[in-house]
Amino acid sequence: MSDDILSTVAFDAEGYLVNPDDWTPELAEAIAAREGIQLTEKHWQVINFCRQKAAETGKSPTLRQISVGTGISTKELFQLFPKGPAKRVAKIAGLKKPEGCI
Amino acid sequence: MAKTLLILGAGTGGTMVANKMAHHLDLNEWRIIVIDRDEKHYYQPGFLFIPFGMYAASDVVRPKRNFLPPTVEVRFAEVERIEPDKNRVLLGSDGRAIYYDYLVIATGSHIHPEETPGLVDGGAWMKNIFTFYSLEGAVQLAKFLKFWKGGRLVLNVAEMPIKCPVAPLEFLFLADWFFHERGIRDKVEIVYTTPLPGAFTKPRASAILGNMLEERHIHLVPDFYLMEVDTGKQVIRSYDGQEVEYDLLVSVPVNTGARVIRESGLGDELGFVPIDKHTLQSTQWENIWVIGDAGNAPTSKAGSVAHFMLDVVVENLLRHMEGLEPLPKFDGHANCFIESGFDKGILIDFNYEVEPLPGKYPLPGIGPFSLLKESHVNHWGKMLFRWFYWNVLLKGGDMPFESQMSMAGKWV
Ligand SMILES: Cc1cc2nc3c(=O)[nH]c(=O)nc-3n(C[C@H](O)[C@H](O)[C@H](O)COP(=O)(O)OP(=O)(O)OC[C@H]3O[C@@H](n4cnc5c(N)ncnc54)[C@H](O)[C@@H]3O)c2cc1C
Repeated sequence: MSDDILSTVAFDAEGYLVNPDDWTPELAEAIAAREGIQLTEKHWQVINFCRQKAAETGKSPTLRQISVGTGISTKELFQLFPKGPAKRVAKIAGLKKPEGCI
Repeated sequence: MAKTLLILGAGTGGTMVANKMAHHLDLNEWRIIVIDRDEKHYYQPGFLFIPFGMYAASDVVRPKRNFLPPTVEVRFAEVERIEPDKNRVLLGSDGRAIYYDYLVIATGSHIHPEETPGLVDGGAWMKNIFTFYSLEGAVQLAKFLKFWKGGRLVLNVAEMPIKCPVAPLEFLFLADWFFHERGIRDKVEIVYTTPLPGAFTKPRASAILGNMLEERHIHLVPDFYLMEVDTGKQVIRSYDGQEVEYDLLVSVPVNTGARVIRESGLGDELGFVPIDKHTLQSTQWENIWVIGDAGNAPTSKAGSVAHFMLDVVVENLLRHMEGLEPLPKFDGHANCFIESGFDKGILIDFNYEVEPLPGKYPLPGIGPFSLLKESHVNHWGKMLFRWFYWNVLLKGGDMPFESQMSMAGKWV
């Protein structure tokens, strides 16, 4: 079923959602599954924070912003979203690739 | 009664604003006050050359007062608190207040090695762990390198953003050259660990700079988020459990805005002041303006950027004083000379919209500087920059570059 939902929307070469309006919680579950992550309540707390922050600023939040904003330690964020939480969450939350820095 | 323009910080940005505004404002109507805690002005770009014995500490320090016009009132004190709702700041431990009509924040970006467990408190700080992001660290590292026989040198960038994001690359290139000259390059392994996905963020520059690391046998470890330093085992550890061994660790620690910004509640998560990235006005208070590293504009934190911000901040301050709307003129323009060793350098030029591209600068087709390509002239540009910095730039004089970026001379 999750395969079906993934094939109905477009992703860019790196796996970020092309059209943010395509995002739904079900899609997030499917993207997460593709990334090997089973979403828990904690994951959702992070996803919701990132979506809200992105709506305010127009940008995907940095790791530091996520950690300060959710009160979840960086270490735990790495456990929730292994190998680069900021990028991982952005993909699952249907946001743009984090700009990293300049 | 005279109105007050108050400038916090007399580093690169604050000094330039003070000079320009002293020139523009009627000093019968206005008084300009500058506050800084430190009487010494540091030429921070020069810190890079100290570890390799190319500059001494005396090359990079001058009295701040020398660069500020006599018409400006300078106070050397700690700014303890900014209270924008009361239009005042509190100084020193006795909490004296200074009221302002306009405030320019130029308090910069500062390193915090103590934020990373083990870095300072692991007992090896300034023994075999150093930073060249402070004068003291650069001087201590120079002493260490003088007698070092070789081993594994690891350069770590803890977290982005950092000021002068190309400085770590320059350090690596210079280290490669230095060990060559010393005849011990074959005894030194050089490793670069960075939280970025590559040598640099912007794709074309990242590819070119990545190749330059490879050519020099400098090993790049990307996506490395530093969690802690284990001085017992001499490893740095990332949040996802990677370990990198070192004999000599050179750290670019976490950078944040000034403590006073954070404690006054004016900053974002890292203590940088939210500003309109085109007008450089505070997003919250219309009589507050920000120049240089202190703001959160999504461009490089660099002296050259502060210079390109200068005209925009000054024009907008003057406009606002006349009741006019500020103009959205700042385009994120940055240009950085990157020392690449062996008396050569690279120059990159970019803004909010356009990544660094190859070409010639500042005169299209002619240069003399080559963009994104190594040349001897670029190296001399960097060396001359110190002279320009002390003699022209700080005094608000014109550099031979335009504030807004130009696409002419670039190869797209
Ligand atoms: C190793 C290194 C290499 C660099 N190389 C380059 C380069 O090649 N090219 C380039 O363009 N840039 C380079 N830079 C960056 C450049 O030095 C900075 O971007 C520039 O100095 C920023 O200017 P600023 O005015 O924002 O801050 P600063 O010049 O840092 O000034 C901030 C001032 O605020 C004062 N201050 C802060 N808080 C308080 C307080 N509470 N009370 C009183 N005073 C306070 C400080 O004392 C300081 O004088 C380099 C930096 C480093 C560290």
